[in-house]
Amino acid sequence: MRTVCFYFQVHQPYRLKPYRFFDIGEDHYYWNDYLNRNVIQKVAQKCYLPMNSLLLELIQRYDGRFKVAFSISGTFLDQMEAYAPDVLESFQRLVATGHVELLNETYSHSLAALKSKDEFFALVHKHQDQIKALFNGYSPKVFRNTELIYSDDIGAMVAELGYQGMLTEGAKHILGWKSPNYVYSNAKNPNLKVLLKNFRLSDDIAFRFGDNSWGDYPLTTDKFVNWLNALPKEEPVVNLFMDYETFGEHQWAETGIFDFMRHLPEAIFSQSNFTFSTPSEVVAALSPVSHIHVPTPISWADEERDLTAWLGNDMQDEAFDRLYELEKKIRKIKDPELLRDWGYLQTSDHFYYICTKFFSDGSVHEYFSPYDTPYDAFINYMNVLSDFILRVEAASTK
Amino acid sequence: MKVLMFGWEFPPHISGGLGTACYGLIQGMNVHQQEVIFVVPKLWGDEEPVADFVNASGVTIDYREKRFKKLWKNLTYLEVNSFLVPYLGPKAFKKFTDYAIHDRTDVDESIFSTKYQFSGKYGKNLMEEVSRYALVGAQIARDRNDFDIIHAHDWLAYPAGIAAKEMSGKPLVVHVHATEYDRSGESVNFPVFEIERAGMHAADHVVAVSQLTKNICVRKYGIPPEKVTVLHNAVLDASIIKSSFQKKVPEKIVTFLGRITYQKGPEYFVEAAKKVIERDPNVRFVMAGSGDLLNKMVDRVAELRMGTKFHFTGFLKGDDVDHMYAISDVYVMPSVSEPFGIAPLEAVRHNTPVIISKQSGVAEVLHNAIKIDFWDVDAMADAIFGLLHYQGIARMFTELGADELKKLKWEHVAAKLVTVYEKILAQRA
Repeated sequence: MRTVCFYFQVHQPYRLKPYRFFDIGEDHYYWNDYLNRNVIQKVAQKCYLPMNSLLLELIQRYDGRFKVAFSISGTFLDQMEAYAPDVLESFQRLVATGHVELLNETYSHSLAALKSKDEFFALVHKHQDQIKALFNGYSPKVFRNTELIYSDDIGAMVAELGYQGMLTEGAKHILGWKSPNYVYSNAKNPNLKVLLKNFRLSDDIAFRFGDNSWGDYPLTTDKFVNWLNALPKEEPVVNLFMDYETFGEHQWAETGIFDFMRHLPEAIFSQSNFTFSTPSEVVAALSPVSHIHVPTPISWADEERDLTAWLGNDMQDEAFDRLYELEKKIRKIKDPELLRDWGYLQTSDHFYYICTKFFSDGSVHEYFSPYDTPYDAFINYMNVLSDFILRVEAASTK
Repeated sequence: MKVLMFGWEFPPHISGGLGTACYGLIQGMNVHQQEVIFVVPKLWGDEEPVADFVNASGVTIDYREKRFKKLWKNLTYLEVNSFLVPYLGPKAFKKFTDYAIHDRTDVDESIFSTKYQFSGKYGKNLMEEVSRYALVGAQIARDRNDFDIIHAHDWLAYPAGIAAKEMSGKPLVVHVHATEYDRSGESVNFPVFEIERAGMHAADHVVAVSQLTKNICVRKYGIPPEKVTVLHNAVLDASIIKSSFQKKVPEKIVTFLGRITYQKGPEYFVEAAKKVIERDPNVRFVMAGSGDLLNKMVDRVAELRMGTKFHFTGFLKGDDVDHMYAISDVYVMPSVSEPFGIAPLEAVRHNTPVIISKQSGVAEVLHNAIKIDFWDVDAMADAIFGLLHYQGIARMFTELGADELKKLKWEHVAAKLVTVYEKILAQRA
């Protein structure tokens, strides 16, 4: 078996509105509805709608031989329901073909796995329920954690939840001489299979495709299939994991990214012996070659492939710790609005905006941030969190 | 008596306390029937007609006047050698200096034939404006002979005051509202220091807004103490402000309100906040304002893990400033060096007890306040804690502080200033 496994991440956070000190204690609505709706609707036009219809066309043309997987965050599902029901319908149509697999993640694209098992489980269950409700009883078999964050401990928790497989980054520093193009197993619980992203081939599409200063520009389907064929014959699976917004948003339509994807299946079928598989098919078909040891968490972000995009500077740690201090009190609260905000405030993007790694990957961070500086992001988040703390305290003393 | 006064800004178009102080002083002068010709770089037309205003942007320089040439030579020297260009990076700065040095041969001619449009701001052409303003000062002094004495406010107007004195031979008073040592600590901008020094030395008498500032004039600028008179600032309106604005949080609020710069000592406020929160978690600290140390303060607050108790509002304007005072339980001004500092008096008007650093001029006139050394964060924390918890002292401060405020009137300041003028004129006669 030689196969290509596509997984696309679909996520948008609930961004905060500018929330002033004077609002603390009075204004309990934190979300920038205007901006959030605009982003969803803009990206829907550039990416979600055209790419969904292209995928549907390819699935029908190859009668299911072409297939992909999605992980769709709960905050994105909520926003689709509110701002872009047509996009939600197009995802539902894709899943209904039977050739599109959905993965589970935490409902609010949270970093809870790093902090609290209880909260992590709660958010996974919430995502399971949501997927079930929106996709006709669908029940994912494979898990992907926020930003592909993975460690031996996180993998063990995911195994405990009953998943057969989990995706993460094929980070150089954990692989060493090993190849990402095999299935591995969790070091603590061998029942959980681990699929590793081939970051070179993934990023050729996701990051470098439209970069005309790149030595291999322009990337054609012929070139890409040649690279696949050049891989050692015994390596069974190439995991191409990327943000769904790659198509039309990070790489604009003008770069030819849609044409590339339209012709890629044909090129692979005619010029190689690769097939396409979804993560659960890979997990079912292949046995692990060995354990993979990941004692400290990895992710798919930045050059470091670690957690420093979200945690590590004083502002990020302060925001993160203050938020999770509330967990015990939250458990006793039933108020649905408070619980909704608790989820949305956990979204990793809020911590990403506070990142101060200006000099290496700062430009990517800037591109994604609605704030001028990480300091603005921190001040705004802390103002909101201060109000949220007051509400939690009021609700838990009732 | 008639005074030719040079200022840089005037209400309502102000960016700092200088314009407000000039306004108050002129109001006081009017009480004593003293006439003031007030020159500003740019008149907007909506200034309250309290003085005989002269718009420097409307003055044409008469190029036939030979004495201007000599003046101008000194001024271009000042301009080309100073490059006081705030907020420019190294690249932009180089571009600017190249332009100023190599491409400015034309200015000698053009300046003597046209009016100069002043921005009256504190922008990148500041030094250019300061030197043009001096020429305007010379022109006005030559044209009108109806004044007895010249009075220049702060370094931006000193060259104009000096030029006016040279043209007219009338005595000059320079009014020191702040010095470069207050703004920059020991890392002074030398050209600015030079202008300040030249102004104080050329003056017949120096007026300082506090004893603290007088000491700086004497120690750092070499002015003999008998040549400096202390005239503390006053307040335009001493009435107590009753605000209906209510705070929305249950905790007490301790406020820092001002520019977040070296001069204002924000870091000491942050450190004191940590000490207070450790003892009493039911307090919120607010740092209102912006400035070049803002990000550093945000970092420090995060590092001290008090981000949900210590808030930043950014720059406040209009009603928000009043609201901030109104909801504050304690106001702290930990300035490292504050020639006067009017903000604590505003706090008193809102019945908010204040803590001020001993390194501020206002500490010399406000007795019902806690005074600490700016660097003594333990004393600052103690004072904050005390004012929050021992209502007696807080109540006493607000009651007696209000009485003190009523005594700080601009007409008293003006009366003292007139005595200073009279003494100078008497010495000349």
